[in-house]
Amino acid sequence: MPLEAPVEVMLAASAGNVLVWVVWVVAALALLSSGIAVVLFTNPFYSALSLIGNLASLAVLYLLLSGEFVAGAQVIVYAGAIVIMFVFVLAYLGGRADAPWAGGPTLQAAAAVVAAAAIALEVIVVIALAAGDQLSDTAEVTGAFGSPAEIGDLFLSDHLLAFEATSIVLLVAAVGGVILGSAMPQRSKAGAD
Amino acid sequence: MLGPGIAAYLILSVVLFATGAFGVLIRRSPLIILLALELMLNAGNLALIAFSRQLGNGDGQIFALTVMVVAAAEAVLGLGLIVAVSRKRVELDVDKLTTLSG
Repeated sequence: MPLEAPVEVMLAASAGNVLVWVVWVVAALALLSSGIAVVLFTNPFYSALSLIGNLASLAVLYLLLSGEFVAGAQVIVYAGAIVIMFVFVLAYLGGRADAPWAGGPTLQAAAAVVAAAAIALEVIVVIALAAGDQLSDTAEVTGAFGSPAEIGDLFLSDHLLAFEATSIVLLVAAVGGVILGSAMPQRSKAGAD
Repeated sequence: MLGPGIAAYLILSVVLFATGAFGVLIRRSPLIILLALELMLNAGNLALIAFSRQLGNGDGQIFALTVMVVAAAEAVLGLGLIVAVSRKRVELDVDKLTTLSG
């Protein structure tokens, strides 16, 4: 084994580290800016579109945390299904503009800023107090961690009940969506009058 | 682990959660409130997956996938409710939908 091999390995590792940092910073900035865009866009259609950017940058972060299957499921379930559903409903309802700061800065807006900042501070303080000293040591994981095979194994062994309950939840949601979305029967309208 | 530690992911998750909570509090359109709720659920998912990676335990990812399913169900029912309300020719504004309040 030549002597310079470990140095090369170290150099490659640090280059990989820099690359991961760059990807992380880009994904984090995209995550936060698209999250703020979702909240502040006047046009709900743009809000739904920025949610796609939010979900995509989250998927990148999941990949960095070696959650390959969750990242894929995130893109398919959220960007592929949920956002499309939002866009369909927006198209159906006409997507009226709704300015977040309509009527100037009100007491409600100021209270919302304070409440959101309080939630953030509270969670950061609690996590720092409860787990601050354990956050630096991260477990070593193998390449199989987070792979579809391991997720499937966990779902069909330790978490079988959650897996089966999930199917019932989805069935109930589908039936409820059909009932809510179908036209109201005529007699309920007559009863209301 | 390459790149930033778990604490950086957690701070990101907290800031995203606060953004979503701010959106729920500030917006009046129920559609945007649902979108902001999705932001909050995603922030929770990010924290779950970060802790899962830190502990080297796949259970957190299972939890995150279950949260995703619940988020899909919640979006279906929420959008169904919004469509049902809009059929009644009521303005979609959570400050004005006060029929059920005491």
